[in-house]
Amino acid sequence: MSAAGRTVRPVSIASFAQSQNVRKDNERNEAEGLQPVIAEVFANVGITKDDVDFICSGSTDYLIGGPFSFVMALDAVGVWPPRAESHVEMDGAWALYEAWVLFQEGEIDAALVYAFGRSSLGDLNEILTLQLDPYYEAPLWPDIVSLNALQARAMIDAGKATEADFAAIASRSRRDALSNPKAQVRHDVAPDVLLEDDYVVAPLRRHALPPITDGAAAIVLAAGDKALQWSERPVWITGFDHRMETHSLGARDLTVSPSTAKAAEVAGVADGNVDIAEIHAPFAHQELIIAEALGLDDSVAVNPSGGPLAANPLMSAGLIRIGEAASRIRAGQADRAVAHATSGPCLQQNLVCVLEGA
Amino acid sequence: MADGTTDQGPVTMLATPISLDFEFTPGVAQSKFLRGLERGEFLGQRCGTCGQVYVPSRGTCPTDGVATTEDVVLGNSGTVTTYCVVNVPFAGQAIEIPYICAQILLDGANLSFMGLLQEIPTDQIRMGMRVEAVWVDEAELIPSLASVKYFRPNGEPDADYDTYKEYL
Repeated sequence: MSAAGRTVRPVSIASFAQSQNVRKDNERNEAEGLQPVIAEVFANVGITKDDVDFICSGSTDYLIGGPFSFVMALDAVGVWPPRAESHVEMDGAWALYEAWVLFQEGEIDAALVYAFGRSSLGDLNEILTLQLDPYYEAPLWPDIVSLNALQARAMIDAGKATEADFAAIASRSRRDALSNPKAQVRHDVAPDVLLEDDYVVAPLRRHALPPITDGAAAIVLAAGDKALQWSERPVWITGFDHRMETHSLGARDLTVSPSTAKAAEVAGVADGNVDIAEIHAPFAHQELIIAEALGLDDSVAVNPSGGPLAANPLMSAGLIRIGEAASRIRAGQADRAVAHATSGPCLQQNLVCVLEGA
Repeated sequence: MADGTTDQGPVTMLATPISLDFEFTPGVAQSKFLRGLERGEFLGQRCGTCGQVYVPSRGTCPTDGVATTEDVVLGNSGTVTTYCVVNVPFAGQAIEIPYICAQILLDGANLSFMGLLQEIPTDQIRMGMRVEAVWVDEAELIPSLASVKYFRPNGEPDADYDTYKEYL
């Protein structure tokens, strides 16, 4: 049972793998970058593609600038004979949600979920403008850093945060990333030193922005006997929900995240103690918004992996939050965790996944 | 101003031009293929699991999902598996119509690709025809399929249907 009284079929995060996160991988194409990740996520639990009933991926053609890149990426999996397969033009966390729904319907017992994206191939700041409303916002080409700066400014104006808070989050994230060999930006720099950074767009200084990252990630989901066979300590999804706010930025209070709060309520975040939270907040100030919406107190370790400020591979960064949270439970470092993923401008859409050890 | 907008009626259409520039990364395997074209040869890759040879290879086997690491130099000749005669003019057409667009299975390959067929009347093209690549002059070779001017009949007897029926 989860919050909201729904009966949830237990689904386990059986395996997780991610590529090295780098600023630019200009040697390998999408399939070549993804193939070792898929191989690793299967090898972790000693299975092959023949052991999963369903494949679901998250990616977007806007990053590569060409059509049907998700079809080309299937070369990294091998889908002959034909497989039950689906794709979302969203972060892989939503691909995982689609697979989870099929588990709930009893359609499948095991699934492969993966995501990939090379953020380095175009001008990311412009590409992300195209996720805006196409009539009133996108034609003005407001770049995404500026929009997030407006959100950060709204936080400061509301008395909810200071620039020093942003620096503290960035400092902690990249220091924690020192223990994450897959992270891209890893260093121990004190917040007061970071505050000497130049503004990119005020009030956001360089450190408050995520890195531009090429990367991929994959997860194997399992239920029933397979979940028990493939993991000595299964990590169960016990609550899962995602919600979306209006696409009109002017109609939202950017300092709060009601979609996250609603998803957290339905997923049952408050039903137990939260040991760690992996929050997909690409810009430093957004961590404060999401932590508040999730109802986390100061005892919760936020983004022990370093989070998206240490590596932000578009389309994978949300899925990685789920994988990182599950890995810590499996390693015995936590019993209950919350993973969050976001999509759209200024935290428009949010997903919340509650994970618990056996 | 207000009167003007009233007179013009509702806005029913909006043009919002969008232009983005991207870098293209062919990848490790396709880069090898392109470098091969620069040398005047077709370079493919064999899957170590199923043995199929792909040209161009994208670096993984789409059947098995494993990395393809064995490079294979393919022959200059191949077989027409299927074709069409283009009679319709279209914008940007670079070749005089009618011309033949053929799927060509290079000798030693398990994947056909599309090529221009010339030096043959369009009513004599047929499935199974044996053809060879005609390359540009050595000084003009570049890492692009533009290095192949076209394919033409190589004079060999037609291939047996069984040799290419799996590739239609």
